[in-house]
This record gives sequence, C-alpha cells and structure tokens, in this order.
Amino acid sequence: MDLIVENFFNIEIMRQAFPLLLRGLGTSALLCLAVIPLGLIGGLVVALMARTHIRVLRFTVIALIDFFRAVPPLVLLIFIYSGLPFAGIQLSPFVAVCLGFLLNNSAYYAEIYRAGIESIGAGQMEAARSTGLNPLQSMIYVILPQATRNVLPDLLSNTVEVVKLTSIASVVALPELLYSADMARSISYNSSPIVLAAGIYLLILWPSVRLLSRLEHRVGH
Amino acid sequence: MNRWDLFIETFFRPDLIEKYWPDIAGGVVVTVQVAVLVVLTGIALGLLLAMIRSYSLRGVNLVLVVFVDVMRSLPPLVLILLFYFGLPSVGILLPSFAVLWLVLSLVLAAFAEEIFWAGILSIRKGQWEAARSTGLSFSQTLTFVIVPQAVRMTVAPLTNRTIAITKNTALGTVIGVSEILNQATTAQSFSGSATPLMMGGIAYIVLFIPIVIAGRWIETRFAWRRA
Amino acid sequence: MNQTTDILVARGLRKSFGELEVLKGIDFSLRQGELVFVIGPSGSGKSTMLRCFNRLEEPTEGSVTIDGVNLMAPGVDINSMRRQIGMVFQQFNLYPHLSVSRNITLALRKVLKRSASQAEETAREMLEMVGLEEKADAYPGELSGGQQQRVAIARAVALEPKVMLFDEPTSALDPELVGSVLQVMRKLRDSGMTMVVVSHEMRFAREAAGRIVFMSDGEIIEEGTPDQIFENPSHRRTREFVAEISR
Ligand SMILES: Nc1ncnc2c1ncn2[C@@H]1O[C@H](COP(=O)(O)OP(=O)(O)O)[C@@H](O)[C@H]1O
Ligand SMILES: [Mg+2]
Repeated sequence: MDLIVENFFNIEIMRQAFPLLLRGLGTSALLCLAVIPLGLIGGLVVALMARTHIRVLRFTVIALIDFFRAVPPLVLLIFIYSGLPFAGIQLSPFVAVCLGFLLNNSAYYAEIYRAGIESIGAGQMEAARSTGLNPLQSMIYVILPQATRNVLPDLLSNTVEVVKLTSIASVVALPELLYSADMARSISYNSSPIVLAAGIYLLILWPSVRLLSRLEHRVGH
Repeated sequence: MNRWDLFIETFFRPDLIEKYWPDIAGGVVVTVQVAVLVVLTGIALGLLLAMIRSYSLRGVNLVLVVFVDVMRSLPPLVLILLFYFGLPSVGILLPSFAVLWLVLSLVLAAFAEEIFWAGILSIRKGQWEAARSTGLSFSQTLTFVIVPQAVRMTVAPLTNRTIAITKNTALGTVIGVSEILNQATTAQSFSGSATPLMMGGIAYIVLFIPIVIAGRWIETRFAWRRA
Repeated sequence: MNQTTDILVARGLRKSFGELEVLKGIDFSLRQGELVFVIGPSGSGKSTMLRCFNRLEEPTEGSVTIDGVNLMAPGVDINSMRRQIGMVFQQFNLYPHLSVSRNITLALRKVLKRSASQAEETAREMLEMVGLEEKADAYPGELSGGQQQRVAIARAVALEPKVMLFDEPTSALDPELVGSVLQVMRKLRDSGMTMVVVSHEMRFAREAAGRIVFMSDGEIIEEGTPDQIFENPSHRRTREFVAEISR
C-alpha cells in the first residue's frame, strides 16, 4: 500500500511537477482550440462535398474519408512530422499536429454530419426550395440546423475523442500535458506526474463522458 | 532529377523496400496479433460487464460505472505510460506487448460495455415479461432472450468503436512494441529515408481499409438498430 | 362448491405504485376448467391483477395460491410456478431473434429440461393445434399479428400450465385477424383449460365465458353469468360500462 502511494500518489513529486503540467495543460488547451474548430469545419465541408451530384468528386471524397479512417492518427502524425521533411516539407510540431488532426478528424466529423443530414426528410429540402431558397441556402438555414441538433451527442462524443487524441502530440515532442507529465516522470523516476495528468484529463472529460452515457441510456419503451 | 523521380527516391526506394519489407511484415504480424487479442478480450469483457450490470447490484454497479467512465475519459496513451512505467515500481513486470493488450482491452471493454448496456436497455419490457412468465429465470432470460437481441442492435456502433480502438495498436511504438509503426520508424532512423515510413503507412491501409469498408456495409445492413 | 377444485385463489390482493393504489383488495377464485372474463374501464387494474397472479408484479399485500401452493410463501420456486401459469400478452412478445419453433422450445428445454427432440416434437404438436405447423421455421417478423398471437398461445400451452391468463389478446389485431385467435381460445376451453381472459370481445364472452367479472377502480364491483352482467347488471357502474362497450 505504501509502495502504491509512494509511486503513484506522491504528493511532493506532484507538487513539484505541477507548474510544468500546468504549462503543458495550456499547450493542450491551445491545441484543442485549434484542432476542434478545424475538425468541425473541415468535417462539414467534407460532408457537403460527399453529397455533390458530381460522381467522381463524391466517390473521391468518400474514398478519402475511408482512407483517413483507416490510418491510425499516430501513423499519420509521424508521417507528416518525420516523413515529409524528406520531401522538403518541414513543419513545426504544432502545425504538423494541426494538419494531421485536420485530415483525421474531418473524416470522423464528416461521417457524423452525413448521418445527421440523412436523418432529415426530403420534404424539408423541398419545402425550403419551394420558398425560393437556393440549394446552399436551404442547406445552411433549414437542413443543417436540424441535422446538427440530431447528432449533437455524436459530435460531443467525437470531440471528447479529439481532446483525448491531443495526447499523441507528445510523441512528436509537442510539450502538451502528457509530454510534460512524461518528462516529469523521467526526471523523478516516479509515475505520480502521469497520475496527476490522468487526474487532470479526468477532471476535464468526465462530465462530458457522464452526460454522454446519460444520453445513450434512455430506456426503450 | 524531375519531381516524380524525387518522389520515388524519397518514399519508394526499391533497395530499401527490398531490405525492410521483412521487418514491416513482422510488424504486421505483431499488429494483427495485438488487434485480434484486443478485440476478443475487449468485447468479451465488455459483454460480461454489461450482463453483470443487469443484476442491479448497487455496490458492484458503482464500481463498474466508475471503471467505465475512467476508461472512457483517459487517453489510451496516458494509460499505456502509466501501466508500462508504473507497474514495475509495485513489483508487476509486464512485457510491453502485454501492457498494450491489457490497456486496449480495458478501453474497448469500457466502450463495449456502454454499447451493450444501451442495447440491453433498449429491449422492450415485454420480452422480459414473456420470458419470465414461461418460468425462465432472470439469468436464463438475460442469456437466451435479451442479450442475443441486444447484441444484434449493437453491431454497427460496436464495429465502428472497435475499429477506432484497434487502430490504437500503433501507440505501442511508444513503449517499444515491435508493431508496424515501430518497425517503420526504426528502419527510418537506420536508413535515413522516408521509404520505410511509407511502407508502414501502406501496411496500415492494406490492413484497415477492408475493415473500414466492411464497417460501412455493416452499418447499412444493421441500420434497423433503433427500430 | 368443492374448495379443492379451486386452481387459482387470490385473497386481499393490494398493489400500489408509489402513492397510487391500483388494486384495493381483490378476492378472486377460479375453478378447474372455468373460463372467466374480466372486463372494466381502461386503468381499472385488470392487467395489474393478472400480473400479480404470476408475480410479474409484486403484490403489496395479500396472497395468491395456485393449485394449493402459495406464491407468496418464502422459498417458493417462482420459476417453476410461473411455468404452470401461462400468460398471453396484448403485444404478443414473441422473441424476434428465434424461429417460431425455437420460441416454443426455449422454456421447454431450459425450464422443463426436455431434450431437443422431445421439445421439437411438442412444438410441432402445439403448432398443429393453433393451425400453424407450416410456420415452424419462420421468424415472428414474417407472421401476421394473428399468427404471432397464436404462436404466443402455443408457447404458453406447450408448458402444460394449470391456468392460462390472457391480457387483451386481440386488442392489437386488425379486426379480420381476431377470429383466428378466438378460434384457438375456444379450442383450448373445449379441451378443459382453465382460463382468465381480459378482453372486450363481447360476443366471445357471451358464448364462451362461464362467469364475467367487472372491475372498476381497483376493485371487483360485480360478477355473474354473461346474462346477468350484460342483461341485468345490479350496479350502476356496471350498467354504464356495459352500455358504453355495447354501442
Ligand atoms: N409499472 C407501473 N407504474 C406505475 N403505475 C402503473 C404501472 N403499471 C400500471 N400502472 C397504473 O395502474 C393503473 C392500472 O393499470 P392497468 O392494470 O394496466 O389497468 P387496465 O389493464 O385495467 O387498463 C393505471 O392507472 C396505470 O397507470
Ligand atoms: Mg391492460
């Protein structure tokens, strides 16, 4: 028991690591602020493109969605960060992460938007068009608001996954929360900083996770 | 050299492909092993937990929900580092392969439990009543009537979640599991070329694209899940 | 009347959902081979009473005795008792993932521990009785409502229950499908099955019921032969209800 407290819940070590972790948390927050809007917007654009009547474009977009859903995000990130420099494209860790997340998350968000749009009956589009709105206006003012509301839980769920995913940025030496915690761990030879980081992730994400499971568990009639 | 040659030279150098393909193939075997084990243990454990949850034992369910929430809230990489570097200090020495398997199984189990539980809750009360009225016990009803129906409803969401979590096998590279990404980055640093990375990327695509496409098919096929 | 031939006896049955008292002291008994109809306004507690008879609903107070065995007694094997009390639901509640035949054999095998071949033989006999022997391998989703309800009856009868409880067995059916289900119920009664039927099929009640029980507001207001209840009810509430449903 003492061994566990000593190695995982060592208050002294946590206290020392705290400022470092706080800075890491700041970087994580900044990262989220960049990648979540990027993914949400990218996904929407991709979802709309996937509905085009131009067959080639539609097919290409869907193939790309599947492509980026098949590649592990870490593989994509490492390819961008340490593969592209060989082709003369050198990106900072932050930009590399943003690019990787844009490609990966857009595919996931797009699938959610697509399901949302498909959940809206054709009658809505017809009604909107019959009042003289053009297709894009109908989409923006009539279809999307309803579609988004229908898939709000899925959007939230995916956003939780995106926040968790920012931890892989540590692999390309971006000093976010997990990177800082792992640094503190290797200096102190003690896992308490990682436990502290876990606690911080939990504090931030648990409420959303709880809310999601509430939404998922509405009893059938 | 024109651009095309430069591209080939950077990402598809034939000599390096020849040299490193056995390593990458070895990585594929490891990735497949971890993935299959994770899917089997994760889903089985998730189903078991969802069934246990059906018995409405207060203390047990509290522990269960906390476990599930924690596993859903924490990034898998945090858990991997915690298990890999933390457990030895309390006398538990696990090889990196086992750590990766254990962590991903627990994460998948947590998500699967939530999905199965939602499925169990969605079965109409009449199914319970009909079964109990014929004299089937609670456990028999759960096993033969409720769970088989619940599982059918969960195929689509479970497939997508399983694919997402299985892809996390790549995280094993951080603790030195010799899966595809690990082999690729090692080869990259030895050869000083991006070719092994490209090979690794292609290996993942070849491995996961069929699964993603199968997932799409399953999604349309089982679209009646919320009926 | 000989006490020992009472198959089902309920005494002082009460049931509350929170503040709401749904059954306010029900005394009810059923003789071997009897078919009793239970009628009454929606919400009067008919379903709740039936469900207390096999403890799908836990009575707040009172006792239920099936063929001399008190269901409320501590240590009673409720599953083995329930097997002896067949129940048919308004919504059929067939298992959608099992074939018609497996719907019937499940409890035969798991509760009565019959062998697979014995259970299948029984299922075949039961399906023949309800006129659906050719549907043994169909799935519930492929059947009409009337056919599903007949399978549900077969599923219950296969367990050789001492009494059958029917909760509005024809209310969810299109009118043209009602007849086939009533036909099966008639056949059951003729074979000597003891039955409690909650239903508003007046013509069937007149023809088949030995006794009619009128419930209102969680109480049994009045009971008697079909003639008494339909032609000459002694309570105002019965009269009003009968007038309402005969319109
Ligand atoms: N599980 C329950 N929880 C709360 N109230 C219930 C429940 N089941 C039935 N009731 C209430 O009990 C009353 C009687 O219901 P029920 O027995 O279904 O009547 P009937 O079958 O005669 O229409 C109704 O007011 C109903 O709302
Ligand atoms: Mg009712």
